Amino acid sequence: MQEMIKSKLAELLSTGAVTKVIGWKRGENFYDVSPAAFESVESLADFVYDDFCGANLSKFLVKEPGKESKVAVVLKPCDTFSLNQLIKENRVNRENIFVLGVPCEGKLSEEKMRVMGIVGLTGCKVEGDKVTVETLYGTETLDKNDVLLTKCATCHSKKHVIFDELIGETGEDSDVDRFVGVAELEAMSEDERYEFWRNELSRCIRCNACRNACPACTCEKCVFDNDASGVAAKSNANSFEENMFHIIRAYHVAGRCTDCGECSRVCPQHIPLHLLNRKFIKDINTFYGDFQAGADAESEHPLVHFTENDPEPSIVKEGK
Amino acid sequence: MKLVKDLSALYEAIAAVQELYLPVENKGRVDFKLYEAGANVDIKTLKTVRSAKDFFFTQTETLMGFKVEGKNIEVEDLRPEVRPFVAFGVRGCDARSFEVLDKVFLVDPVDTVYEARRKAGTVVTLACGRPEETCFCTNFGITPEAPAGDVTTWLTEEGLYWQANTDKGEALTAAIAAVFTEGDGKAVEEQKKAISDIIAKLPLANLDMTHLEGVKEETFWGHPVWKDISETCLACGTCTYVCPTCQCYDVRDFDCGNGIERFRCWDSCMYSDFTRMAHGNNRNTQDQRCRQRYLHKLVYFPRRNEGMFGCVGCGRCVAKCPSKLNIVKVIKALGGK
Repeated sequence: MQEMIKSKLAELLSTGAVTKVIGWKRGENFYDVSPAAFESVESLADFVYDDFCGANLSKFLVKEPGKESKVAVVLKPCDTFSLNQLIKENRVNRENIFVLGVPCEGKLSEEKMRVMGIVGLTGCKVEGDKVTVETLYGTETLDKNDVLLTKCATCHSKKHVIFDELIGETGEDSDVDRFVGVAELEAMSEDERYEFWRNELSRCIRCNACRNACPACTCEKCVFDNDASGVAAKSNANSFEENMFHIIRAYHVAGRCTDCGECSRVCPQHIPLHLLNRKFIKDINTFYGDFQAGADAESEHPLVHFTENDPEPSIVKEGK
Repeated sequence: MKLVKDLSALYEAIAAVQELYLPVENKGRVDFKLYEAGANVDIKTLKTVRSAKDFFFTQTETLMGFKVEGKNIEVEDLRPEVRPFVAFGVRGCDARSFEVLDKVFLVDPVDTVYEARRKAGTVVTLACGRPEETCFCTNFGITPEAPAGDVTTWLTEEGLYWQANTDKGEALTAAIAAVFTEGDGKAVEEQKKAISDIIAKLPLANLDMTHLEGVKEETFWGHPVWKDISETCLACGTCTYVCPTCQCYDVRDFDCGNGIERFRCWDSCMYSDFTRMAHGNNRNTQDQRCRQRYLHKLVYFPRRNEGMFGCVGCGRCVAKCPSKLNIVKVIKALGGK
């Protein structure tokens, strides 16, 4: 698989069809895979596509000036939803992007291994639904499901919704119920739910990784970085600010969040931020009918598109 | 050699005489917290997510206030009251980071808030029973098998071995004397040997750093690594905020309506407004910001501090960068690898 992808990318670079490739690069060890730019066929020697290519590369297209050169990007199915959304919002120029779709069977998280107490990681082999991990302290065999990235454990689609060429075949929407976590929160009392989120958000170090990795967060100047906004902050001064940052962000990406799960993947404190976004997705589905942001690059999302049949969520709640 | 068999009794004894901070687990993540009975203490996990720098250099702290009444402005001293405390379970890398921070905050003009905390804190370090593949502290002369600190401890099958190294450490030991028994210390020697054996196998334990010795500030300015890493650097602050030695801060005013609270908070050189001045910003692109972060630790800081690197090899950036960019890659790239 990796070699097929690499040879296609080499062809694109050598024919001049693109001047740059955004892909993944092998680093120090088995899980050390960095998003990276490749500008020559030789540099592709380090290109990798394996079980640890979890990063969503769509975000890196936002920075591309776009007009003067064409860029190839390697996207997994879930990542293509993000690209569609970026195209819809005019944050990337479709004409300057060559999308090479690659299949995905779920990516792994070395952080989950660490949390399980498996440390000193030196090697990893995936066979079917088992993962064998070599460490400085011995060998462990794990269920793949237990060490999937959170976003992959509740994958919503293996279908590429936008591509110029596919390596392998595209899949189908998944029938996994990704709203189980949201339903658990909804079943809590308000106090329990508040306690749950306070415990999670109290760990926030305000590194902005969730925001900066998020393909829906593409404001040139974030309100939290803007001195003139009155809410600019480099750190959480108190619990109110810890909550506010994440709640505002969730509201701002509501209807635009494709559920790519990068926010939770990159959080150094593993705060399940995707649950905030999924609550909005679930509510939008409930009130306006099933809607998947990024499923196409044209349709308007329900929160910015009025129809006479739209329910008023607040009235729905009072009526109950 | 002093030995503690009942760790809970140790925590209770310390907490009875001073505030005790130690690694506490919360949903699989471990950070230093104030000890309270029933706390889920976890001293087996090697590294806390946040480093131990918070003990002396907190993420936010109020420095002073201005109260406005009519035409009068009253200046208030809002520096926090600092009580004696014990930082328990600090690893060797983090303990070294305090020495790095001292070079910044304890030189003239001395940072009084930092100094007060440094004086009030007793650091109890814990040998690294299970070093990890992200660790590279040995490149900086740190000894994880016997970390420096006011007290050094080793967690063994027998219990926790305890060795006071300084006056502060002796004072703490005397104050909780009832919790100790005597052990033969053989387990400590065995653990030191086991740790050294693991360190010999660590992939990052022997980095070639010779190319960084005695270089000029501008030596690596035009190096291609800055552009390489900035291509996929998300410009978040994860590396800087989990780093035990990153010491840059911003001073801001919080508008309280009838006055102002002036506070400082950690800043990150990865952020676009870092060191922005009236005339604008002297670093406008991410490759310049990346260059600043790494050269500060690898070149600028050592040049001003007798060769002491501004990195302690804790490996948190190695484990936590969302794009898997880190100082090890930079060290190798600058050396032509």
